Amino acid sequence: MFLINCPYCGERDQSEFSCGGEAHIVRPKQPTELSDDQWAEYLFMRKNIKGVQFERWNHAHGCRKWFNMVRDTSNDKIHAVYKMGEKPPVE
Amino acid sequence: MTKYRVNKTKHVDQTKTVSFDFDGKSYHGFEGDTLASALLSNGVHLVGRSFKYHRPRGIMSSGSEEPNAICQINEDTDLTEPNVRATEIELYEGLKASSQNCWPSVNFDIGGINNFISPFIPAGFYYKTFMWPKSFWKKIYEPLIRWSAGLGKSPRKPDPELYDHKHVHCDVLIIGGGISGIIASKIAAKNNLKTILIEDKNTLGGSTIFQKNENYKINDKYSGEWIDEEIAELKKLDNLTIKTRTSLAAYHSYNYLLAKENISDHLPLDKRNGGIRQRLWKIRADKVIVATGAIERPLVFNNNDRPGIMLSNSVKKYLDFYGVSCGFKNVIFTNNDSAYETAVSLKEKGISVEMIDIRKKSNSKIVKNAEQLGVKIYWNSTVVNTFGLRKIYSIDIMNLSEDGSNVVGNKIRINCDCLAISGGWTPMVHMHTQSGGKLDFREIDQTFIPNEIDKNHINVGSCNGDFELEEIINNTNKKVKNFLNVSKTQFDNTSVLNSKELDKRNIWLLPNYISEGKCKSFIDFQNDSTAKDIKLALREGFKSIEHVKRYTTTGMATDQGKLSNMHALGIIADTAGVKMGALGTTTFRPPFTPLTFGSIVGRSVGNFFDIIRKTSIHEWHIQNKAKFENVGQWKRPWYYPINDEGLHEAVQRESKAARDSAGILDASTLGKIDIQGTDASEFLNRVYTNAWSKLGIGKCRYGLMLNEDGMVYDDGVTTRLGENHYLMTTTTGGAANVLSKLEDYLQTEWPELDVYLTSVTDHYSTASICGPNSKKILKKIFPDKDFSDDAFPHMSYQNGKIDEINCRIMRISFTGELSYEINIESKYGKSLWEKCIEAGKEFQITPYGTETMHLLRAEKGFIIVGQDTDGTMTPIDLQMDWIVSKKKYDFIGKRSLYRSDTIREDRKQLVGLLTDDPNEVLEEGAQIVSDMTKKPIEMIGHVTSSYFSPNLNKSIALAVVKSGKKMNGQKLIVPMENKNINVTVSDSVFLDKENKRINA
Ligand SMILES: [Zn+2]
Repeated sequence: MFLINCPYCGERDQSEFSCGGEAHIVRPKQPTELSDDQWAEYLFMRKNIKGVQFERWNHAHGCRKWFNMVRDTSNDKIHAVYKMGEKPPVE
Repeated sequence: MTKYRVNKTKHVDQTKTVSFDFDGKSYHGFEGDTLASALLSNGVHLVGRSFKYHRPRGIMSSGSEEPNAICQINEDTDLTEPNVRATEIELYEGLKASSQNCWPSVNFDIGGINNFISPFIPAGFYYKTFMWPKSFWKKIYEPLIRWSAGLGKSPRKPDPELYDHKHVHCDVLIIGGGISGIIASKIAAKNNLKTILIEDKNTLGGSTIFQKNENYKINDKYSGEWIDEEIAELKKLDNLTIKTRTSLAAYHSYNYLLAKENISDHLPLDKRNGGIRQRLWKIRADKVIVATGAIERPLVFNNNDRPGIMLSNSVKKYLDFYGVSCGFKNVIFTNNDSAYETAVSLKEKGISVEMIDIRKKSNSKIVKNAEQLGVKIYWNSTVVNTFGLRKIYSIDIMNLSEDGSNVVGNKIRINCDCLAISGGWTPMVHMHTQSGGKLDFREIDQTFIPNEIDKNHINVGSCNGDFELEEIINNTNKKVKNFLNVSKTQFDNTSVLNSKELDKRNIWLLPNYISEGKCKSFIDFQNDSTAKDIKLALREGFKSIEHVKRYTTTGMATDQGKLSNMHALGIIADTAGVKMGALGTTTFRPPFTPLTFGSIVGRSVGNFFDIIRKTSIHEWHIQNKAKFENVGQWKRPWYYPINDEGLHEAVQRESKAARDSAGILDASTLGKIDIQGTDASEFLNRVYTNAWSKLGIGKCRYGLMLNEDGMVYDDGVTTRLGENHYLMTTTTGGAANVLSKLEDYLQTEWPELDVYLTSVTDHYSTASICGPNSKKILKKIFPDKDFSDDAFPHMSYQNGKIDEINCRIMRISFTGELSYEINIESKYGKSLWEKCIEAGKEFQITPYGTETMHLLRAEKGFIIVGQDTDGTMTPIDLQMDWIVSKKKYDFIGKRSLYRSDTIREDRKQLVGLLTDDPNEVLEEGAQIVSDMTKKPIEMIGHVTSSYFSPNLNKSIALAVVKSGKKMNGQKLIVPMENKNINVTVSDSVFLDKENKRINA
């Protein structure tokens, strides 16, 4: 059970948060112009990395804000937490 | 006092007698005893039979590693508990314990049976033997295994005791109250850090507390005396919490740990007073110091499992801590110096002891001490056989060859009544590895020691591979100083005298003159696996330690291989000719020792199992004898039986009344989301399939919400309260998820939208009144209001007032009847409801529950998301094409509605079904078939909703059927267990297709 530093509330227990999967997948602005394959790429394809992964998290039982997090899935080390819309930190 | 109680110690109060039962016989022990020490003081070694071979087994250790003395306690009471180790049960008055594995009985001589069974139980026995036929499993194999192995009995009644959870935070958590844990605690607490020390025993001091040997002194005191004084001082420290009887269960990442505190397990049953039995501590520590010590290794040789064969340090503990001698003619079999401490202790008390050492010599002080006391030592020797069924009475020993791979010379027989064994020490690295830490292999003493990289956690003392007293004190002091940033401690100039071990020799599987196949050299005592099993697994091609472990079940018992893992690894390495360090280890998983279910669930039982949500009208429903249904966490009235009505009769009556005159439903549980902001209309356009921009203020509209994959997610009516203000309703079960989903889109995809969402589900109560007389009832409640169709048409809303209290009236319908919903602040919900009932009296207004609501809407062909849909239904599948806007450029799920899969014409589509026999009601979930002759029979759909309609006087059903859209009028079959039901596909709207009733 890790500790997550919510960018709005500060450090809180993992049980207050829920994970929303891979981050930085932007909903296409013009879905109607996409082929089935392109739409499927957005809709279904997600990475599942062993190692450093960019993820969306929600402080579900707290401020209810969504934010992004860089986590190493192999040891749960959190490298960075940043707000939606902010640029991901460079490695 | 019994003859085995040879020594007085301060840990056992020999003035306070405690009586207890074991296997039906009464015994006495003293306050301070464990069940194991009390049994040994009565000369009882034999405590059970082994798992597979049913060999007699005795108490082997004095701690949580105990593989044999597994008991059922307090059988035939509500408090009975299986799988308890006798070495861990503190003795109390009236304790009743029995051997868990004792088939056919503990004392029955079954040497013959043992030999009969054993050839049939090789490694992989379970995988090889019990394969087929399948039916044998249930009727023969499983009962046989359970009956013969005796896995304990679970309690039959609900657990009457209380369990607690507690969250704590601290600067430093120290796990283990032995010498290094005490040093660490003192340094931490004295340096102003909030410190918690947990110890699984009831006393601190570990194995140092009973050490009184000339060769081990600290600051010129016996190490036992020194630590006594340290503990006394420790207890005075303010910012230190000491928790004894508290064992660490799990060490998770980010220094989150679970520990179980036993609060009343050591008390007699009649003194527990209904207090808390166990408390699970959830600890978040800034820094963790692991000081869990080491476990003594057994030695693996032929017949090493007889009662009376015990770990050497445990023999010492029983003698020096509990005052119990495990035997009067002891033999100690060792590969290291530590066992000589046991020998010296026995000898000093005048008890006979001889040593067998696999080493060729040892020149350490402690060995010389033993020799001076006259202890006979057989060097370079090994035990090749042992004798005695209920208890060991003699052993055969032989000399080892130069390289230790064989035995040479003649057998010597030695009589004994206790054989203490010591194969060296294994650091308890379980906590370190649970936390994610890795291990390094140390060649010199064949141990895995922690490889520390986490800066917030260290290991000190023997769990870190420091076994000599001097090392333990100095290294612990140095390491803790560094870890906690402390420059000076009282331990800086401690003078330590100890005996240094200079000569080492290790042989994982001791050689024998008897052929390997005929030896029973046990590795895992609890699961009864032997060296032979491991070798067989290797011959059969298993290579990975994880596979060998599972195939042979070595290390798979409740002790998680505390005594067996190292030998299994060693034998694999030796046999396969690889280096042990290269093999890796198995993974240690929580819990370290088994946890009770009670401690895991804590107070979350009964009414506290989950939140129960009730509407403000709940009391009225109870007074009117409603039967309730759980919808998510909500309690909703299901139906209101009159007299002895059943579900069917009540629902038929309620449904008829709602259409013939008036019905009333508590609709407060529907999700309500208040939406405000200048972009609210645009937001609704994006989340619903239909268009919202042109909805007038004061108007209501039904909306369907999809997932991005095009599948129906939720539905409900949304009302425009103002220019930039809407009230959305959702399904009862979907409310929380819909809000989360909408928040997600707002925050992440469309942050530019000016929209604010607030859940107001609990803020308003809703009474829904339907039926041809509903308008008259509303008129009575709101006499000043014009309810004419022109002034107040279907799908519109108006504000109203009852006794100065504002309410919102929506004319919307989920039943197909003329229908109004009144929303009022929750605190007035019940009085609103009562007012409606009062006003409706002259029209025989009938309260109805969820079942009638479902029936009424099915008559009208309205769907229920989650009942008629299952996450694979698009609006097109539901034949609701009308609600999907063709004009809107985009909305959630739009693009998915014309993926190659969603435009298939043979998808399952929603249709109505009428049974040929109008009285035959289909079963929901029943499969639908079109052709019974084609094999295999193809199932083309299933029934999603089915009722007997009192208003249509026939059975109706909704179903999803492949290509159902094109099947209107077609005959299909619903095959049931005992008959085939003929049905005809129909329109899904069964009643009032023209909407005459709604607009009445
Ligand atoms: Zn937050």
